[in-house]
Amino acid sequence: MGVKDYIRARFFPHIWCPGCGHGIVLNSLLTAIEKLGLSKNDIVFVSGIGCSSRISGYVDFHTLHTIHGRAVAFATGVKMSRPGLNIIVPMGDGDALAIGGNHFIHAARRNLDLTAIVMNNRIYGMTGGQFSPLSGYGVKATTAPYYNIDHGFDIAELSVAAGATFVARSTTYHVKQLTNIFCKAILHKGFSVVEVLSQCPTYFGRKNNAGSAVDMMEFYKNNTIPKGSKAKDENPDLIERGIFVQKKLPEYCEEYDKIIKIAKNRS
Amino acid sequence: MKGKIKFVQGNEACVEAAMYAGLDFFAGYPITPSTEIAEHLSYRLPQQGGKFLQMEDEIASMCAIIGASLTGHKVMTATSGPGFSLMQEALGYAVMAEIPAVIVNVQRGGPSTGNPTHVSQGDVNQARWGTHGDHAIITLTASSHQDLFGITVDAFNMAETYRTPVILLLDEVIGHMREKLVVPEDGEIPLVKRLRTSLKEGVDYHPYFPREDGRIPMSDFGGVHRYNVTGLYHDMWGFPSDNPRLVHDLIRHLVDKIQNDRHVITRCNKYHLDDARTILIAYGSAARSAHHVVETSRREGQRVGLLELKTLWPFPHGLVREKCAKARTIIVVEMNMGQVLAGVKQAVDNPESVFLANRIDGVLIKPVDITGIMRIIQGRGV
Repeated sequence: MGVKDYIRARFFPHIWCPGCGHGIVLNSLLTAIEKLGLSKNDIVFVSGIGCSSRISGYVDFHTLHTIHGRAVAFATGVKMSRPGLNIIVPMGDGDALAIGGNHFIHAARRNLDLTAIVMNNRIYGMTGGQFSPLSGYGVKATTAPYYNIDHGFDIAELSVAAGATFVARSTTYHVKQLTNIFCKAILHKGFSVVEVLSQCPTYFGRKNNAGSAVDMMEFYKNNTIPKGSKAKDENPDLIERGIFVQKKLPEYCEEYDKIIKIAKNRS
Repeated sequence: MKGKIKFVQGNEACVEAAMYAGLDFFAGYPITPSTEIAEHLSYRLPQQGGKFLQMEDEIASMCAIIGASLTGHKVMTATSGPGFSLMQEALGYAVMAEIPAVIVNVQRGGPSTGNPTHVSQGDVNQARWGTHGDHAIITLTASSHQDLFGITVDAFNMAETYRTPVILLLDEVIGHMREKLVVPEDGEIPLVKRLRTSLKEGVDYHPYFPREDGRIPMSDFGGVHRYNVTGLYHDMWGFPSDNPRLVHDLIRHLVDKIQNDRHVITRCNKYHLDDARTILIAYGSAARSAHHVVETSRREGQRVGLLELKTLWPFPHGLVREKCAKARTIIVVEMNMGQVLAGVKQAVDNPESVFLANRIDGVLIKPVDITGIMRIIQGRGV
């Protein structure tokens, strides 16, 4: 099947602004799903609220467009009640780590088999350009007209610390790597996190003089390095790309099955 | 009624009833005085192959049960005051997306952390209007473990029938009181099965298109029909739409499906109402004290009756009006500042004949409290 077979074509054109990175993420994600040859009926997209979260409406899977910040919590219910399904949870940076931060770290701790995708454009796009917990110090936003004094999270480090068993990062410039990472994340048995740096030329770009969408993608090209590269020692500001963690730990649904066995034996 | 006789807490009775109704997925966060519901289910559910999840908070709990309900499971969460407040946004989502779920709120004093271990009935209006936007909701309650058993099964049945969240509003005394419960035999109480679509794979399935009888067949998430579920106004395929006609029709549908069936949803117990001059209206543990007052007053020759409400929302205006038509005095007994009182005043012809007998100090309202207020109202002194 081609990527087009996975979309609900009647909902196009999409709502994303010209130059937005989210379309690249969608394309890359569908390419990964196609590569893996997954059945459409076995895939559930669970998203929250925001530009990124509209992704669920565009794909021809079971789709659950929930409330702001709670996508992971809804996904937990879907996965636990039907462990056979592949659950993909695309979220924005505010969605996943501001309002949804608590659910995010606890899902990581449980190691429930979800694929959490954080489409990180460092801004609240849908509400018009307010700073997010990923905007970072010194950035300008409609609610940080002088400059932002909130420090950002490092999503990869946060996820590792919270116990995620697969953690990776890539950008909308590195599409091949991104697709490859998505494949691995979906196949991974456990909680996987993929952070995608995705440009928002409309709000982040304009407020911070970051140039056009192409300029912003050039920035990803020039300021990110493969994980473990020595260049990071010389320039700590460089952002690492690649897989940070990939390890085996008991998965939550499988662990619960053991509880059921014990409970049934005792009753 | 044959069956297993047990001596249990109200919270346990609720668990037994939920299991009887077919509950197989629970997500919750412990909070007094509802905690025993989670504790018992963590033990009972896996025995039947069901799932119990202790989530990181009440918001996540409500969200998780919605997700599980969509895949075809019977779901429940249990909480108390502050936790119930946290659930309100996701509760609205379940209303909007028409997802069956049962939410138990064993009330405590409030606002805020209030009085965790004491009795209160202060969440009546929150149950009705807690979530934002216009909507209808079903809220049920009970005053004895036997009634609680039946009404819990009803809650699951109504949730499946109307594709809606149903709130079970208990109070601390009912939750923690121990008394006899006869667990009915299997099949003794009919269970409503979820209406599922009979459409085959590949046929255009409309997840939000009502049949002639108003019911909407569901398709389990993960099954052969791939559709969209959203909290936005949506069309019959479940896709977002802001078409004014569609928005209007959707809100009407959400409200009408419950309001139009008020006569089916309304549950009550009636004691000595036919010739009653004074009618007490009560629910939950307050109804136990009110019942005692009726029995003792009757022995003294007073014409007192009790209308015990088991359905709080949609408010049974018609029932209250009919039963109170001949009464001179109506006294609403509740442990709040008059939340059901407002509904009763709306329902009756003479609102000035409606009085409140309440306690708001975390102590169960006693029969003597009610008789004291009755004496004042009747001009018989304290």
